Amino acid sequence: MSGLAITGLIVVAFLAGVDVILDEWELAQPIVACTLVGLAVGDVQDGILLGAHLQLLALGWMNIGSAIPPDAALASVVSAILVCGPAQMSIHNGIAIAVPLAIAGQVLNIFVRTIIVFMAHLVDKKAENGDWRGLDRIHYFDMCLQGLRIAIPAYLVTIVSPQTVQNTLNAVPKVITNGLAIAGGFIVAVGFAMVVNMMASTDLWPFFFLGFALAAVKSLNLIAFGIIGLCMALIYIQLSPRFAVGDIDAAATPGSSTEDEIDRELEDL
Amino acid sequence: MADNATVTTPERKLTHKDMVASFWRSGFFQGSWNYERVQNIGFCFQLIPAIRRLYPDDKQGRADAMKRQLTFMQITPIMASLIGGIMMAMEEEKANGTDIDDATITSLKVGMMGPMAGVGDPIFWGTIRPVLGAFAASLALSGLGIVAPLIFFIVWNAIRLSSRWYLQKIGYEQGTNIVENLGGGLVQKLTMGASILGMFIMGALVPRWTAVNMPLVISKVTTDGKTTVTTLQDVFDQLLPGLAPLLLMFFCLWLLRKKVNAVWIIFLLFALGIFGYWIGLFG
Repeated sequence: MSGLAITGLIVVAFLAGVDVILDEWELAQPIVACTLVGLAVGDVQDGILLGAHLQLLALGWMNIGSAIPPDAALASVVSAILVCGPAQMSIHNGIAIAVPLAIAGQVLNIFVRTIIVFMAHLVDKKAENGDWRGLDRIHYFDMCLQGLRIAIPAYLVTIVSPQTVQNTLNAVPKVITNGLAIAGGFIVAVGFAMVVNMMASTDLWPFFFLGFALAAVKSLNLIAFGIIGLCMALIYIQLSPRFAVGDIDAAATPGSSTEDEIDRELEDL
Repeated sequence: MADNATVTTPERKLTHKDMVASFWRSGFFQGSWNYERVQNIGFCFQLIPAIRRLYPDDKQGRADAMKRQLTFMQITPIMASLIGGIMMAMEEEKANGTDIDDATITSLKVGMMGPMAGVGDPIFWGTIRPVLGAFAASLALSGLGIVAPLIFFIVWNAIRLSSRWYLQKIGYEQGTNIVENLGGGLVQKLTMGASILGMFIMGALVPRWTAVNMPLVISKVTTDGKTTVTTLQDVFDQLLPGLAPLLLMFFCLWLLRKKVNAVWIIFLLFALGIFGYWIGLFG
């Protein structure tokens, strides 16, 4: 492959790696990514056809909740290199290798998203100083990591056999990858605890447990939860003596000091 | 409200330029997706133009705003523009002296993110993208060539960009309307209402968005040639669905209140995941 083709390919792989995470421009959707790889390598027709087949395969791979879907970027980019590039793999074989590649990409994604947890704590430190430039830099750095996650394997495929790449990925012990994936499912509990820690006050706990108990009713979706929560909030405010008409002074929030109350009284006068 | 105000500084107002900057930044919303607080960095990143405008030379104000916008965030990316718009309106009011506390802002975000994801996921991920993808794929397979990916790319991005722009605009305008009409005891009512909604939604998100599965076999009973396997998960589910996520969340809350650094809690949970998988507790 020419130097220009390899450069173009790495750029496409990097952008696909970033955008499969962002889910904005959808450059990593197979129909787009395979076409772009085809353009870089000089075989657009095969790229489009492979992309169309993989697109139908990947229709259900979506980022919902904290589940990580099979990775469309690694699958599209690497199989397109093998089909459109000098390896001249058949489209049929390109489709066959796409699924294990998507799983490999998923594992790499789990690793990177784990690393970013620590970057998030670095961002907290920057925020304490109001350093928005620091936040920006870390955010761009995180995106670069995700781009390299696809660009590096894509480059490796152009110099070594696809089998070697696959074997390297398989060499990571299952206990580590599966253990990380499992922990990934429940680490979000720390984020939840942080939010609850901030919001919770004694009179609010009943609402938390109401939500928890109702969560077992699988037919209630989150929109229904929104409606129920909103109605409860309105009813509570209507009935609570704290918010009775003409009794505004008593309506101070639980956290506010007496000083705030005095200020409010003065303002009302 | 304005006649007895003692504010000496001129009113701080977001400009059209800030709206455009925030819209541009919203395209990088998911860049720092992480397991702990998911899209929190991207959301703060999206609000940076507003924060800079509202606290130009007030380092502490900027730091506080960044901290309160770095809490847990998880939503369909396009819908983040709606909440972003509302948050810009809230931050603007707060910077101008309206008494909105940090917990209210967090509660509002949590209260909205679940239901909004419930609207956004099926529309954008469940319908528009797969329909466009399948349509483009069928065009490509029938030999239309480069037209197929172009149609997918252009139509999707036209929908996405216009949705993001208008959702942000609607969020900001409605948010401003709501907050501007808050007088007297209304701020307290908003605070209370947002907290109730937030805590209620949080109660539902903990069991639904935390994934714990314990396939450890407790008992194997064979009656009439049929084997009934009971796993630890079955026991928990019969006792109370979502109990394990709940206990885990309270464990984290307890550690946080003991002033344990969140990074250590995460290390602990990773170790728990790997160890739990190794002994066959989790799967």
